Amino acid sequence: MSSQLQPEVHAAARPKPAKPLNRMKRSDWLWAYLMIAPTLLGLGLFYIWPVVQTIYLSFTKWGGFGKYKWTGVDNYVLLFQDPNLWIALKNTLIYTVLAVPASIAISILIAVLLNQKIKGISFYRTLYFLPVVTMAAAVAMVWRWLYNADYGLINYLLGTVGIQGPRWISDPDIALYAVIIVAVWSSIGYNMVIFLAGLQGIPRSYYEAAEIDGAGPVRMFFTITLPLLTPSIFFVSITSLIGAFQVFDLIYLMIGKLGNPAAESTQTVAYLFFTNGFESGNGGYAAAVAVVLLVLILIVTAIQMKMQKKWVHYD
Amino acid sequence: MSVQTGRNRVGKNLLIHLLLILGALVMVAPFVWMILTSLKTLGESTQVPPVIWPTSLQWENYTHIFEMLPFYDFYWNTILTTVVKVVGQVFLCSLAAYAFARIEFPGRNALFIVFLSVLMVPGQVFLLPQFLIMKELGWLNTLTALIVPGLFSAFGTFLLRQFFMSLPKELEEAAKLDGCNHFQIYWRIMLPLAKPGLIALAIFVALWSWNDLMWPLIVNSTPDKMTLSAGLAYLTGEHTNMTNYPILMAGSVLAIWPMIIVFIFLQKHFVEGITLTGSK
Repeated sequence: MSSQLQPEVHAAARPKPAKPLNRMKRSDWLWAYLMIAPTLLGLGLFYIWPVVQTIYLSFTKWGGFGKYKWTGVDNYVLLFQDPNLWIALKNTLIYTVLAVPASIAISILIAVLLNQKIKGISFYRTLYFLPVVTMAAAVAMVWRWLYNADYGLINYLLGTVGIQGPRWISDPDIALYAVIIVAVWSSIGYNMVIFLAGLQGIPRSYYEAAEIDGAGPVRMFFTITLPLLTPSIFFVSITSLIGAFQVFDLIYLMIGKLGNPAAESTQTVAYLFFTNGFESGNGGYAAAVAVVLLVLILIVTAIQMKMQKKWVHYD
Repeated sequence: MSVQTGRNRVGKNLLIHLLLILGALVMVAPFVWMILTSLKTLGESTQVPPVIWPTSLQWENYTHIFEMLPFYDFYWNTILTTVVKVVGQVFLCSLAAYAFARIEFPGRNALFIVFLSVLMVPGQVFLLPQFLIMKELGWLNTLTALIVPGLFSAFGTFLLRQFFMSLPKELEEAAKLDGCNHFQIYWRIMLPLAKPGLIALAIFVALWSWNDLMWPLIVNSTPDKMTLSAGLAYLTGEHTNMTNYPILMAGSVLAIWPMIIVFIFLQKHFVEGITLTGSK
């Protein structure tokens, strides 16, 4: 952050070149605009304008042949009366509240273990990171197979210790939790790398001092490691929450297809958006779902930013 | 005393390794099962209790999938899309990032706030209009649709701007006095200095592009224009509804090995890239 301030100092200390200042400045500006132009135009057309258009579309109803007409707040009225929205909101919330903390807790544990000056860090890191580089389509496929109630490895293993495994992905009461397990499994490697970097930034001398004071490993974890790791935890929780609110891939791939009896009770907000917008042609309705999602994410992020002061320690 | 602590250390390290190996098994087991299943016959794969090792390796599963689906097209579409997006996005983002980080111009802060606000918006908010634009332009079911929106990125511009701001200014000042213009400074001085940042962004773009599902699913519905990710989803979708798991697993292995190889070789850069975003 200090680098942001330094350049001004340098520029002031340097003698001004003899060239007419205005012409130089103008050419600087021209270069800046030229260099930003492609990205600005692209973002404008494909990202900024679509936000405006989605908000507009959320007030329209779509007919055949790509026509739509203005219907005011009808979509929102319908949406808030739609039991699917409330199911989707509930599921998105359960997913977020379980998957994000579980992933953070396990990732911290593994990062702490890896940070103990042991051999083979990069070997372990490679293995834990494999799910991160694997596409959701393949992850979903292999887990569906593992979860398979009749031939799946998981229920077989449970059977050997006398447990009758559930129908993981077709039981409406279980399916969401089955997906959460996979989501945690596939996110651990990424978060672990961030935490490991955070841990490596904690000076060894803190631990040495605590050791002299007679602190045990558990107390050191709670009084040194955890507080000093809070900036990393804050970063991971913000990005994971935003991601969790948009959960779609795994839900769609593992459950949402093929008339699975658990599909309706497992839908999330992003899934509701997708099915309305791209499968049943309710574009206006889907746009309203997208706007609700946008508002939700903005509120949650704002709350986190506010709360940050209460628990995140910056040196 | 020292013998005691030495023994404790060995015991502690053993316990740590034990825990880490246990965790690693959970991470790796699904991949092992994927590969093993991909080499079994359909009969073997559905036996109870499960057959661990296939009696004879069924490599035919891998050739079979090429007969069922245009898998060569999947590869070509995915590779081309990924390469063009990586090169295009890294170039365009670094250009914009240089201007934001190094040139003072009217409206810089306002424009930067516009870029940042794009970062806050969930993807679903862009998708419908993006789809309509593709339809309008007649790009549905083309590789152009897969590529073009992915050339522009607020995230990439932000990441590289932060990186450029952390670089020293001296070389650049000298070049300016020598009469270099901003593009020359960017191209000859900044880009070589910013290599770690550029590689980090390239890795992110490649990973997202290779594994992306929703966008390819939306814009391209004909199999020969699909990516590996969408193709795999198509394989289990309502059209084909495949339940032949050995073949499905063969397809999965074929879809994921390139990224895994890239990761193993560039592991250091993956870690640096993630750390870079995590520390901003």
